[in-house]
Amino acid sequence: MKISTIKDLLDAKVVCGEEELSRHVYSACGSDMMSDVLAYVKDQAVLLTGLINSQVIRTAEMMDMNCIVFVRAKLPTAEMIELARESGIVLLATEKRMYEACGILYNNGLVGNRVKNV
Amino acid sequence: MSELLNFHFVVDGDDFTCAGQASVQVKKNLRQLGLPPEIIRRVSIAMYEGEINMVIHAGGGVADVNITEDFVEIILADKGPGIKDISQAMQEGYSTATDNIRSLGFGAGMGLPNMKRYTDYMSIDSVVGEGTTITMKVNIN
Repeated sequence: MKISTIKDLLDAKVVCGEEELSRHVYSACGSDMMSDVLAYVKDQAVLLTGLINSQVIRTAEMMDMNCIVFVRAKLPTAEMIELARESGIVLLATEKRMYEACGILYNNGLVGNRVKNV
Repeated sequence: MSELLNFHFVVDGDDFTCAGQASVQVKKNLRQLGLPPEIIRRVSIAMYEGEINMVIHAGGGVADVNITEDFVEIILADKGPGIKDISQAMQEGYSTATDNIRSLGFGAGMGLPNMKRYTDYMSIDSVVGEGTTITMKVNIN
């Protein structure tokens, strides 16, 4: 699924990474616990979270994720945006809640995690 | 096998915002060295979890990354409170983190299990009241 499709489906605004919207993601993970995110390797995944701190960006970077969606109308800080720009990660923000945002993406074919233990 | 490269970092224990900077730097360095992406990802996730642990549990510490032809070795040493029961700490879901740490997205009891999951070798040397040293290796071939 293209990142631009995620943006449209979630009625999200682009916080940074406008030029990267044509990239694809193949799996998704919704969590506010970063260690749970780090527990599984996902290829080119999108992270949906309501957590706001710089570790969200670092976690995504460690996992080679290329897009983060902030739910519940939360907005990342300037420092987070800077970190995301450095790492080439697209940041989106939606007013939808976690459950609804995940459900919309799932319903449109982004069916969760291709989980594998390294 | 002779050591080819070493990276040394001091991990500041006072600033959670900065936690993970050493791991980000290691990831960049390994990319420059041209290591396979899967190896880089495993090393950086394991080190990142360890770095976060040092900040939230031990007030910081030092991290050394040694790169040889055969493996990447990560040594994390702190002078924190130590781990009383290592086998308990290794169980997924077990955590002594405070609610404050959980509100920051960590403390799910997945840190140590993740470090073991992503590495080929891991040892924990811990003395209560003195500190903890964790050694991990990821084989390159």
